[in-house]
Amino acid sequence: MEATGAEIVVRCLAEEGVEFVFGYPGGAVLNIYDEIFKQNKFKHVLVRHEQAAVHAADAYARATGRVGVALVTSGPGVTNAVTGIATAYMDSIPIVVVTGQVPTPAIGLDAFQEVDTVGITRPCVKHNFLVKDVKDLAATMKKAFIIAATGRPGPVVVDVPKDVTYHVTDFEYPATVEMRSYNPVVKGHSGQLKRAVQMLLEAKRPMIYTGGGVVLGDASAQLTELARLLGFPVTNTLMGLGGHPATDKQNLGMLGMHGTYEANMAMQHCDVLLAVGARFDDRVIGNPSHFAREARRIIHVDIDPSSISKRVKVDVPIVGDVRNVLTDMLALLKQAKDRPDATALNAWWTQIELWRSKNCLKYNKQSPIIKPQYVVEKLWEVTKGDAYVTSDVGQHQMWAAQYYKFDKPRRWINSGGLGTMGVGLPYAMGVQLAFPEAQVACITGESSIQMNIQELSTCKQYRIPVKVVMLNNRYMGMVRQWQEFFYGSRYAESYMESLPDFVKMAEAYGHIGMRIDKPEDVEAALKEAFSPALKERMVFMDFQTDQTENVFPMVEGGKGLSEMILAEEL
Amino acid sequence: MSTRHIISLLMENEAGALSRVAGLFSARAYNIESLTVAPTEDATLSRMTIVTVGSEDIIEQITKQLNKLVDVIKVMDLTEGRHIERELMLVKVKAVGAGREEMKRTADIFRGRIIDVTDATYTIELTGTGSKLDAFLEAIDPAFIIETVRTGASGIGRGERSLKV
Repeated sequence: MEATGAEIVVRCLAEEGVEFVFGYPGGAVLNIYDEIFKQNKFKHVLVRHEQAAVHAADAYARATGRVGVALVTSGPGVTNAVTGIATAYMDSIPIVVVTGQVPTPAIGLDAFQEVDTVGITRPCVKHNFLVKDVKDLAATMKKAFIIAATGRPGPVVVDVPKDVTYHVTDFEYPATVEMRSYNPVVKGHSGQLKRAVQMLLEAKRPMIYTGGGVVLGDASAQLTELARLLGFPVTNTLMGLGGHPATDKQNLGMLGMHGTYEANMAMQHCDVLLAVGARFDDRVIGNPSHFAREARRIIHVDIDPSSISKRVKVDVPIVGDVRNVLTDMLALLKQAKDRPDATALNAWWTQIELWRSKNCLKYNKQSPIIKPQYVVEKLWEVTKGDAYVTSDVGQHQMWAAQYYKFDKPRRWINSGGLGTMGVGLPYAMGVQLAFPEAQVACITGESSIQMNIQELSTCKQYRIPVKVVMLNNRYMGMVRQWQEFFYGSRYAESYMESLPDFVKMAEAYGHIGMRIDKPEDVEAALKEAFSPALKERMVFMDFQTDQTENVFPMVEGGKGLSEMILAEEL
Repeated sequence: MSTRHIISLLMENEAGALSRVAGLFSARAYNIESLTVAPTEDATLSRMTIVTVGSEDIIEQITKQLNKLVDVIKVMDLTEGRHIERELMLVKVKAVGAGREEMKRTADIFRGRIIDVTDATYTIELTGTGSKLDAFLEAIDPAFIIETVRTGASGIGRGERSLKV
C-alpha cells in the first residue's frame, strides 16, 4: 500500500504500540504533524521545550520498560534535544528520537534551521540514521526500535529530511529486520557461570553490588532470590535503587560518594564481590587504585563487554543479559551441594551490623528549621513507600536516594550518569502519563526546577497531577557544599538572588502552590497534596529548608570508599 | 607499557561509517597513528585498518568499543598473531647532478620504483612496513625531499587467518 514518508513515520509508531509521543512541531516536521493530527493510535504531548520532550520520553521508558519516543524539528529543535539524548545515553535508556531535517537537496547548504544532526548526536547515541530515501524509512524505524531496546539499551536518532516526508512509496512495516553487524550477547558463558558460583560458595566476606542493569534488565526478582538463597549483603548504586528492596535486612543501602557507611565499608572489605549490571563508576568506587588496594575477587555480570575491566580488573567476567545470567546462576546454586561457610558469614554480618550501628544517616530531628532529610522521610511515610519518585540533580537528589526507601524497581527516576539539572519535572510528566493512577513525586531544588519550569504549562494542558516537593535552601546546595568543604566557604555564584514567589508562580500556571516554613507543617502539607481531594491537581510544595545542611556520608573525589566524612566528624 | 597495534575491522559501507570510528577514538582519547579505509570485494563492506598505540588495557577497550559500534561487523587485532603489514609511499625528490644517480641506487636498494621523471626530479614509489619506509627517508638527504605521501598501513593475517563475514 502506498504511503508518504510522514504517514510511514506515524504508522510505524502505531505499529510499535507507542502510547505517547513527546514533541514540539516546526517547519521540517509539519508533514509528520499533519499525519499525527489525522490519527488516534497514540497521543502527542506538546511540551514547552524540546529538552523536556526527550526527558519525558526517557522517564516513560525508565518507568515502563518500553521504548520512549520524542519528535522534534530540525536545527534548534535538535540542539535543544541533545541534553535529553545525552542524559538517556549515559543511563542506557531506550528511546527513539525522530528529528526533522531540511530537504535532502538543501543538506549542506546552510539552509534555514539546518544542523548536522547525525554529526551532533553521534557521540551521545547508541546509533543514529539519516534517512535519505523514503524506501528505507520503514526498515530504519524498525531498526531504531530494535537497537534502542536490545543489548545495552540506549537512545537512537532517526533524522528525516522534509522531502522524504512527502515522497511516496509502498509501505509495509517489517516484523523484524536482520542486522549482521548487531547481535548482542544474551546468554552467559556456562564455564564462567560455574566458576562464579564456586567463588560465591567459597566466600567468607561476600558482597553483592548491583546497578542500573538489574533495573533495566528486569532482574530484581532473580537478584532478590539469589541474595536470599545465599544470605549475602546487597548494596545498590544510585541507578540500581529498587533492584533489591531497600527495607530488606540484607540491604545495606546505597554505596558510593554519598553511600552509607556500612555499604562502603563492606564494599571495601569484602573478599568476593559479585557486581551485577554496574560499571564501577567514579562516583561509586571512588579512586580505583584505592579500591584495588584491598585484595578481593570480583565476578562481574554485564550486558556490555566494554563495561568489564574498564576501571577495575575483574576475575570472572560474565557477558550476558543479567536476568538470564542470574537465572542460570540460581539454577546452579540450587543444584550445588555446598553452602556458604555459615560461621564466616555470621562473623561478616556481625562486622556489618557494627558498621550499621554507626547510624550514618542520622540527622537533627529537633531542628526548628526544616531539615531536607525529614521532608523525604515524611514523603516516604505519606506515600507508603509506593510512589514513583523523580529527582533533579544535587543535594536533594542524594537525600531522595538515601531517605526514600525504594522496594521496587523502576520507581526511582533520576539522571545518574550525566547529572542533568532540570530533568525532574519532565521526568515526572513522563511517569505520570504512563501511570495515571500512581502517586508521582518530583523531589527537586529551587535551582534545578527553574531549568525546566516552563513544563508547568504542559502539566496544566494535559492535567498531569504530579506533586513537586521542592527543597528550597536558596542555594545550589551541592555546589555550596563543595565550596564549603574544598573552597574555604567562598560561595562563588552558588546563591540565587530574587527567587520567584513559587506559590504565586504555581498558581499563575493554574496549579496549587504551598509554602511550608516549619517542620511541624511538613507532614500535613504532604498529606494534603496526596489527598484524594487533590488527586487530579498538580501541587507545588515549596519547603523552606535549612540552608547549611550537607549530604553525609561523603567520600571526597580521589579518595577510597572507606575514607568517608561522616556528619558527626565536622 | 604501550605497544603498537594494527586493528583491522569490517563494517557496513555506509555514509558516516568512518566518522563513527574516528569520533570514537577522539571522544575516548585513544591514539590513531594511521587509518585507512576502502570498500572490499563486497561493496556493502568497508575494511578499515587502524594503527594505534596503547597499553594492554587500552587496546582491550579499543577493540571492545569498536565492536560495540552498531555498524561494525568484525574486529581483529592483527598484531595478536602472524600478519603482514604494508604501506605505500610516494616521495618526490630532487634528482640533479651527482645526486641523481645516487638517488636511483638508494631507491633500488629499497626496491622502490621510479614512476615519474623530470630532468630535476624523481617520484619514487615504495611499499613495505612503516619502518622500512622510515628507513628509506632516513637513508636519503632530507634536503632532497620535495614531498612525501604515505597511505598509512594496511594489514592482513598470514596463512589461514582471515577477517571475513
